[in-house]
Amino acid sequence: MATDYNLFITEATIDGDADAEGPLADATVAVKDNISTEGVRTTCGSEMLADYVPPYSATVVDRLIDAGATVVGKTNMDEFGMGTTTETSAFGPTRNPADPERVPGGSSGGSAAAVAAGEADLALGSDTGGSVRCPAAFCGVVGIKPTYGLVSRYGLVAYANSLEQIGPIAGSVEEAAAALDVIAGPDPNDGTTRDLSEVEGADPDASYAAAADGDVDGLTVGVPTELFDGADERVVETVEAAIADLEAQGAETTEISLPSVEHAVQAYYVIAMAEASSNLARFDGVRYGNRAESDGNWNESFAETREEGFGAEVKRRILLGTYALSAGYHDKYYEKAQDARAWVRRDFEEAFADVDVIASPTMPVLPFELGESLDDPLRMYLADANTTPVNLANLPAISVPAGEADGLPVGLQLVGPKFDEETVIRAASAVEER
Amino acid sequence: MSDTSESTGDAEADAADGADTSAVDAEEVRHVADLARVRLADDEVETFADQFGDILGYFEALDEVPETEREEELVNVMRPDDVKSGLTQEEALSNAEETEDGYFVGPKVS
Repeated sequence: MATDYNLFITEATIDGDADAEGPLADATVAVKDNISTEGVRTTCGSEMLADYVPPYSATVVDRLIDAGATVVGKTNMDEFGMGTTTETSAFGPTRNPADPERVPGGSSGGSAAAVAAGEADLALGSDTGGSVRCPAAFCGVVGIKPTYGLVSRYGLVAYANSLEQIGPIAGSVEEAAAALDVIAGPDPNDGTTRDLSEVEGADPDASYAAAADGDVDGLTVGVPTELFDGADERVVETVEAAIADLEAQGAETTEISLPSVEHAVQAYYVIAMAEASSNLARFDGVRYGNRAESDGNWNESFAETREEGFGAEVKRRILLGTYALSAGYHDKYYEKAQDARAWVRRDFEEAFADVDVIASPTMPVLPFELGESLDDPLRMYLADANTTPVNLANLPAISVPAGEADGLPVGLQLVGPKFDEETVIRAASAVEER
Repeated sequence: MSDTSESTGDAEADAADGADTSAVDAEEVRHVADLARVRLADDEVETFADQFGDILGYFEALDEVPETEREEELVNVMRPDDVKSGLTQEEALSNAEETEDGYFVGPKVS
């Protein structure tokens, strides 16, 4: 490797089942470092868990290994998934293989960059507000955020449970879909997973890889004005050209409106921070994680452990989440955010009465330069404008390369109705065939 | 914008420099950090107070969101209460900084 992109926090091999057959036999996979791997340290990009070695593996890791894939390492990430650039990692930033002076996106930046750099055939990321799709877009690869409940999160270190899903990243739509075929499905260890035979309108025999057939003849593509307004012109032009190519292949496009998405970033951050403040309360240095040397009592020791173990962005989110849930502010922030979430969900439901998929830029901006947004958290949050509505509505989405602008990758996001991964995969495969 | 009456007086004076409509003062940051058991350095308190003002000011736009009916399709997921093996005691303790006789050792209580 000519340039050190800082892709992995830990390079370690977990061999896949040598007797396995199928599309993932002999594939290499890079796993985001918030997904547990038995015997291989899992740091979440945090000093807090720098020495944490899980005693068990996540369900998704077991499924990949059983399918013949070999884990090649644990990838760098924003600390606990909190970031859009992979710069909040305690292990230093990852560089974007498309331009090493720029960020790979985040929070699954190491995963997307590992695929883009050819260091792994596939990667796993987790997507709470865009953390699979953003780095896929910035690095010029494919990333899928599955419907909430399609993929088990057993063994994923939780950040915001009501929003997050594990999703695959690969160089092509078909490869990402083949990985989704392997990791999807109910898991008794995760009560939020659904059995598709019990979900109305879902196809329990779905084959995601087979859906990557490029056939968009007659498909209706909704184009929401709100997700183009305010985006970088170069991004808009590239994405519009990709959508025009879908039309040339027989798809029909129609302009739609999703007024609620103007509030998605606000609602997302209030809910995610609130859930984070609760989830990360477990890191007290007693059962696992690094403990500060402290002479203080229980409360002082915890506070010192958490001062040392957490970076600035994690502290910011824990504190803001605590604030938003505190007496006097709960109704103002958390309740209103839940209203906004319900509104976003309803907007999408109404839109899907008329269209099959919804297309937009994945990211409204081109990849940031390293260090550009680190001191301005609000600016970083606003970059999540197009990805967060999907998590609020629990829907499936994909980011597929739409082309380049100024030599940098641009991603097209396609969103589908609940558990209709096949349609977004089909549409995305047509984008890459053009 | 203070949630405890005792933190209003001094706190507003602290936040006087660069205060805007949604300013958060240093006292409030310290109070929330205390609730969340996160110790902060003094310069971190100042930085956070400024940033929280910007971020919470942006969250103010949630006031424009109409009250919306929340029709969640949520169902309870139940299973039989079967006994299954979990982590061994050794595995459960393997990541703890300090253990004794098969127990976690925590900091002193007071």
